[in-house]
Amino acid sequence: MSLTVKAPPARLDPPGPPQPPGRRRVHIGRFDLKFSPYLYVAPFFVVFGVFGAYPMFRTLYMSFFDWDLVNERTLGHPFVGFDNYAAMFTDPYYWNALKNTIGIFLLSTIPQILLALFLANALNRPLRARTLLRMAVLVPNATSVAAVGIIFGTLFQRDFGVINWVIEKVGLERIDWHGSLWAEWTAVATMVDWRWTGYNALILLAGMQAIPRDLYESAAIDGANQWRQFWSVTFPMLRPTFLFVTIVSIVGGLQLFTEPVIFNNGFSVMGGTRREAQTMTMYIWEKSIDQTQNAGYGAAVSWSLFVLIMIAALVNFILVRKSVK
Amino acid sequence: MASRSGKLWRTSPLTYAAIIFAGLLSVYPFYYVVIIATRSQDAINDPTPPVSFGGSFWDNFSRVLEKDDVNFMQGVLNSLIVASVVTLSVVLTSSLAGFAFAKLKFKGSNALLLTVLITMMVPTQLGLIPLWSMMLDFDWFDTLWAVTVPFLTSAFGVFMMRQYVSSAVPDELIEAARVDGCSTFRTYFSVVLPAVLPAAGVLALLTFMEQWNSFFWPRAILTPDNPTLQVSLGFISYGYYTDYSMVFAATAVATLPLVVVFIVFGRQIISGIMEGAVKA
Repeated sequence: MSLTVKAPPARLDPPGPPQPPGRRRVHIGRFDLKFSPYLYVAPFFVVFGVFGAYPMFRTLYMSFFDWDLVNERTLGHPFVGFDNYAAMFTDPYYWNALKNTIGIFLLSTIPQILLALFLANALNRPLRARTLLRMAVLVPNATSVAAVGIIFGTLFQRDFGVINWVIEKVGLERIDWHGSLWAEWTAVATMVDWRWTGYNALILLAGMQAIPRDLYESAAIDGANQWRQFWSVTFPMLRPTFLFVTIVSIVGGLQLFTEPVIFNNGFSVMGGTRREAQTMTMYIWEKSIDQTQNAGYGAAVSWSLFVLIMIAALVNFILVRKSVK
Repeated sequence: MASRSGKLWRTSPLTYAAIIFAGLLSVYPFYYVVIIATRSQDAINDPTPPVSFGGSFWDNFSRVLEKDDVNFMQGVLNSLIVASVVTLSVVLTSSLAGFAFAKLKFKGSNALLLTVLITMMVPTQLGLIPLWSMMLDFDWFDTLWAVTVPFLTSAFGVFMMRQYVSSAVPDELIEAARVDGCSTFRTYFSVVLPAVLPAAGVLALLTFMEQWNSFFWPRAILTPDNPTLQVSLGFISYGYYTDYSMVFAATAVATLPLVVVFIVFGRQIISGIMEGAVKA
């Protein structure tokens, strides 16, 4: 039997213990080729399924119940239909959190993307000390969000913070960064932008470097100046990368949590005494982790945020597409 | 031609100025951390921002250690354990899955790969509530299991390694191994894994940094009794603190080691991030 399958003459011996030649091995080989790939990709799907996908759908399920996270076993969880969703419409704190989330998101993301584009365009020139400059703009991304909250909380301090010192030096009034909605939003948006602008710039730079140079040369021959070249060559060619950067910013930015929490004393998720920086994720936390008896409502808020993220991503997709046409 | 393209791509001093200004804004907060962490408390009260370092770091840091309600050193140890275990697991599972997606033919592989890509865009933070109660069911509340197991694999990692294996390992090499009678796992272990070490190294660095810095989920599931470093740091900053030197000494310990790693491997990290971006 074992002689019916002949080894190819040029075959080298496999390293390791010799394996029994013959049909049996061929079968094992086939079995291996057919099923092992599934085994190799399985860990990701198992872990994501259990700790990523399942909780997301479970959140949807819970949003239709009156749910207590801790006493759920003893109290049970009565079905309430769409009551949790209906309650959101009359909940002023919900609208406040929605307003803050969108406000901080716009205030951070729009300047961030514009700055990143500008920075990427600058880094795309021939530069001395290229790696050093790239590292300098990327290094904030290596910091933890908690540390960013502490550092900027101090820099934005009203009485001795460095930022107010600079503001006074240029002849303006010092600002109480916890004093008004806009001040608070600006401070939080600054922290987000400090950490992410350089990272996004590098991603955009990678996209820019993949654009063939002769496109610029023909644009230059047609008499396009640098500004014109940027909008008629760079930006259209950058579209896939730009989409990627904006969608990642949307998904991350609308889930903002740590910066406003640490900026407002690090423990409470109220976002300040008047909730001027409470985001949706913080409100979800307040309703379900801090007050475990409102987890059903927190789940409904979670899904409303999910829908918001999907809508924002879709609108962004359409806008980026249109802007290029 | 050369001169025209040279003119086209010239770098004006203004461009340099803009980049250097951006770089200074990026770096200044780190400098500020070191100043406050090494000076005594009066530095922060100085009406003009302090610019020079001091020598009080150990004095400041000893007050961090004396704060026994935040268990800072336990946090350092926990973060090292969690980040190392997750990193090892992510690199192994990602390169194995990446190998399967790049070099093995199997039914549904395209659909599965697309699923991996889509999961990168899913806001998983929104599964917070059920995940939290799942941890209670598993009896994992306030244990390292809770902050380790959910992160043992990574969609980003799978995708990155898939891209790298596709381009760095020639099909002939895989074919040769098969002809030699290697099983697919053997091929992975002795052919693919050595060939993808550079990318695996970058993935390891990025994963370690992400885990070391992670805050949202650890803060939800751990307490100061058994914190990770960032959770402990969050509790140190709790309240409108007055001892800035102490808080900044802790912040320095929590951030600067990673910054050093970042600087040492900066070139590799940057090329890893940029290559991943183009291929995505």
